[in-house]
Amino acid sequence: MLRLAWLLPALPFAGFVALALLGRRLPRATATAVGVGSVGLAFAVAVAIGAAWLAAPPAGGAYVQHLWRWFDVAGFAPDVALFVDPLALVMCGVVTGVGFLIHVYATEYMRDEPGYARFFASMNLFVGSMLTLVLADDLLLLYLGWEGVGLCSYLLIGFWYRDAANGRAARKAFVVTRVGDTAFAIALFLIVRELGTLEIDEVLVRAAAQWPAGGTLAILVAALLLAGAAGKSAQAPLQVWLPDAMAGPTPVSALIHAATMVTAGVYLIARMNVLFALAPPVMTAVMIVGAATLLLGAFSALAQRDLKRVLAYSTISQIGYMFLALGVGAWSAAVFHLMTHAFFKALLFLGAGAVLLATHHEGDVLKLGGLRRRLPVTFWTFVIGGAALAGVPLVTAGFFSKDAILWEAWSRGGPVPWAVGLLGAFLTALYVSRVILLTFFGEQKHAAEPERGLRIQLPLVALAALSIGGGWVHGGFDRFLAGDAHGGEALFEVVAAVISLAGVGVAWLAWRRGLWARPDGALQRFWRSGWGFDAVYHTLFVRPYVWFARANARDVFDRGADAIAGLARGGNRLLVASQDGRVRTYVAGLALGAVVLLAIGVIFARPEPAGAETATEVRP
Amino acid sequence: MELEVVRQTADAAGGFPWLSAVTWLPMLGALLLMAVPRENTGLLKGLTLAWTVAIFGLSLGLLSGFDGLNGGFQLVESKPWIEAFGIRYAVGVDGISLYLVLLSTFLTPLIILGSWTAIEKRVKEFLICFLVLETAMIGALVSLDIFLFYIFWELMLIPMYLLIGVWGGTNRIQATIKFFLYTAVGSLLMLAAIFYMYAQRPDGSAPTFLLTDYYGMRFSLKEQGFLFGAFALAFAVKVPMFPFHTWLPRAHVEAPTAGSVVLAGVLLKMGTYGFVRFAMPLFPDAVQVAIPYIAGLAVIGIVYGALLALAQGDVKKLVAYSSVSHLGFVMLGLAALTPQGFEGAVLQMINHGISTGALFLLVGVIYERRHTRNMADFGGLSRVMPWFAVIFMIVTLSSIALPGTNGFVGEFLVFMGAFVSDGPYDLRWYVAVGATGVILGAFYMLWMFQRVMFGPKNPKNDGMRDLSKREWTVLAPLVVAIFALGVFPNFILKNIHPSVDRAIQLSTASVLRDDDAEGKATIEALQKRKEARKAEGRAPATAAEGAR
Repeated sequence: MLRLAWLLPALPFAGFVALALLGRRLPRATATAVGVGSVGLAFAVAVAIGAAWLAAPPAGGAYVQHLWRWFDVAGFAPDVALFVDPLALVMCGVVTGVGFLIHVYATEYMRDEPGYARFFASMNLFVGSMLTLVLADDLLLLYLGWEGVGLCSYLLIGFWYRDAANGRAARKAFVVTRVGDTAFAIALFLIVRELGTLEIDEVLVRAAAQWPAGGTLAILVAALLLAGAAGKSAQAPLQVWLPDAMAGPTPVSALIHAATMVTAGVYLIARMNVLFALAPPVMTAVMIVGAATLLLGAFSALAQRDLKRVLAYSTISQIGYMFLALGVGAWSAAVFHLMTHAFFKALLFLGAGAVLLATHHEGDVLKLGGLRRRLPVTFWTFVIGGAALAGVPLVTAGFFSKDAILWEAWSRGGPVPWAVGLLGAFLTALYVSRVILLTFFGEQKHAAEPERGLRIQLPLVALAALSIGGGWVHGGFDRFLAGDAHGGEALFEVVAAVISLAGVGVAWLAWRRGLWARPDGALQRFWRSGWGFDAVYHTLFVRPYVWFARANARDVFDRGADAIAGLARGGNRLLVASQDGRVRTYVAGLALGAVVLLAIGVIFARPEPAGAETATEVRP
Repeated sequence: MELEVVRQTADAAGGFPWLSAVTWLPMLGALLLMAVPRENTGLLKGLTLAWTVAIFGLSLGLLSGFDGLNGGFQLVESKPWIEAFGIRYAVGVDGISLYLVLLSTFLTPLIILGSWTAIEKRVKEFLICFLVLETAMIGALVSLDIFLFYIFWELMLIPMYLLIGVWGGTNRIQATIKFFLYTAVGSLLMLAAIFYMYAQRPDGSAPTFLLTDYYGMRFSLKEQGFLFGAFALAFAVKVPMFPFHTWLPRAHVEAPTAGSVVLAGVLLKMGTYGFVRFAMPLFPDAVQVAIPYIAGLAVIGIVYGALLALAQGDVKKLVAYSSVSHLGFVMLGLAALTPQGFEGAVLQMINHGISTGALFLLVGVIYERRHTRNMADFGGLSRVMPWFAVIFMIVTLSSIALPGTNGFVGEFLVFMGAFVSDGPYDLRWYVAVGATGVILGAFYMLWMFQRVMFGPKNPKNDGMRDLSKREWTVLAPLVVAIFALGVFPNFILKNIHPSVDRAIQLSTASVLRDDDAEGKATIEALQKRKEARKAEGRAPATAAEGAR
């Protein structure tokens, strides 16, 4: 069964090729069957492989499938090979499972789009690339998937390309993440240079054997990988692209910018955890990045007016939790939160999409309200998703995964990361409750159409079920992934529960008093703008680049060549002028020339005998 | 030794002169065209297309006679030509030139088909020009005699001069003058250097211009400096390396599509090829000294080209500056003097020919429809020309080296090659700076794509047709090549390993004259520096030692 692993990326890629080549000519039903079917089949394969794995895990805890040799230069020979282990399986399950539900949802959401086939082609390409990323046996192949998902993100953010703003957002996402990608690439060069291979398992073995803990190389490589991970996972200071990425269709936001692609950075660090363990300062940096980002995102989420932007900042913040966990070395807790987050955040985005469908794309929460009666299924599932995000105790998956992170933060990182996490938990409960109250409660301010059919509702219900049930597998999950299970302390669970409920309560009180609808203060504007990062980057990087390019558009080095030409032309003009055909000019020229020659003779001839005399005098 | 190899093969082969056939058939075609009446443009074009396709087919046959495990020259033909001076008609290929020859024969029919309708005046002369150019390009790539090479090298200039000067845009004369002067100045210095080398032959030895006779010839460091400088200048202008690049954007803007494609696709590679075949292996000690300058100019070119590309409103100018940037990658790979760097550079030459050639063809497609290349005149094209948009996207991605496309493998190998280089200089900072070019590249290419393809539709573009069958035929092979080289680059790479190893070996083995004490001191100092780097542990176990 494991030998079918190659089908995981191959199926969506095949779907992509079929849709890309024939998409426009295919009837819509066929396009749907190909686009959704390929991901559905991939999910079936993932489930089958997972089941086979649980029944009989292969020796060594990993299965490698070699496909072909990519290239081979002077001993550097990266393979196209797949690596299946529990971590990869979890990621495959999330990508194909959540991906399948989102694809189903999208058949309805994108129903009236002229670019229907193009949309599913890009989505399939994304799923294929993402599966390549998580299954890659070699860092170079991982990098291929890594860039591939970035491309799909670009294509899908800019899906509605008629609006130039969407194109701008897409480009911003691509370029900002490419800053991280470039650091990642340099890390790869360093690894090849020092360890001679990019095969992940081998890299980890050699790194552990050759690099001392805390050594410069380990720190450098880990730091560069962290930069790559931060770019892809929208962590500070490279988080600026994600809120703008909401310009894409909502299923895209759910799949790429919430559930899967943005967590690739978490996956990368989890996959390379042995290497990161060799670089304690970088681990601290991961923790600090995570902590800073989770607060930054949470405060910004609190001040957003657009439903999807709240969720975008929430994603930034939640991935901050995962980085916090990675930073304290609790990578299985990070991956567990990655999984539950994929469930509930995809759910929230799809719910937001359902709201947008009903309100003709009115996403401003201050203009919405009271939709709970009009959209009951959306409302209830959104509340479940929100509860999971807020970490409402005992019944939601988010509670278990966030609690695991908080507990690890305390036991491995000490009180400060724990306190930051706790503050974040309070803010999370606060902003998600705010959004739910403003959107679904109170009086209805905006006209809304009734809910759409099963293709919208089934994915919502399924994800809601996962957002609740996904947390109960915690112990088994840890054993599957890391071989052991840790339980939290009851006391910590109670504190986390109280904090989360307090956030909900405060949000409710504020809503009752109408505080959420009050005009903005400076602080709120600052938070809403994402802490001013955009403006700073614009001033520091974009403007100088564009200014220099514009100022030098005519290429100053071309002036040098032109100057030579100008000199020749000037000389020509001078000489032409001298030949005016008048005798007196020529005589004057002759006279002038004679004077000049004489002068030269007088000036330069004189020192010579003097020099000769001194020379003879000096001679003995 | 090398000489013997060349002579022996020549005597032994005695079979069909495949290389000469591929080289001279285009010229023969040009002669045949002269017999066709100029009014019958359909026949002229059809004949040329069929002819060049046949030549491409024939050139593929070279692969079957080529032994990928042999790093020396193969398919060699060598006959005395001007015996008094020892000038021979000697041709042959190694893995490096073979694929560049294939690139030329591959691109030529596509260019002919691509300018099917674009060229309206003097069709006959245009086609003749092109066929002569093809012979000149292939001839320059296969020449093993320096004199013969020089003739082909200069022969390339004339048809190119005419292509821009006759079929070009409004400012074509100024552009041709700039193009011609720049290249001619460089070439003349190279000619002087060739004669100097010829005069320095050991007394009493037979006169020769055979390249292999000069490999390993001893020169003092000072001599090497001047000679390398002369060769390098000629090639640097052609590449073009910063700061000798300014003729390129003008030439591109004024050239017809066909001229731009052949210029970017093949002619620029003559510069980098010249470094690999002549400048570097002939004067290895000078190369050792020059590495930081070559790498420095390469990196400046990468960044400067990218900066300038952003500011251009003319699509062709943007692509031209992007070429400056991309050729910077090639030069960085060569400066690394490592197998990865060299192979990356060779692959990148081929990639750039494919991707940038395709870009110019695509620009030609919209130029033919709108007669403008100004980005401000476009916008929203992807709605009226969806397939064009898809192809344009693929080529753009190849140009910004997305993994899975050809550009990635080349660029990655170049950077890696420079990074692992364990010579006297640490090139890692050069890589770090050059890597910003990758970010800038994404920025300007995607911005260009955005401005042309996305955004609100300019009503003037309403009636634009999507790709015609002819345009599909031109572009499809290029798209296939983009993916084929991205996914299975080993097909090519495996045949160039030995040739690259040999080129590196020649380019690093000292040829200092024994009496050149000063030069020896300089080279020894560099050697010490290299060893010091190794001792510091910064120079790593090479990839080969560490591989599984």
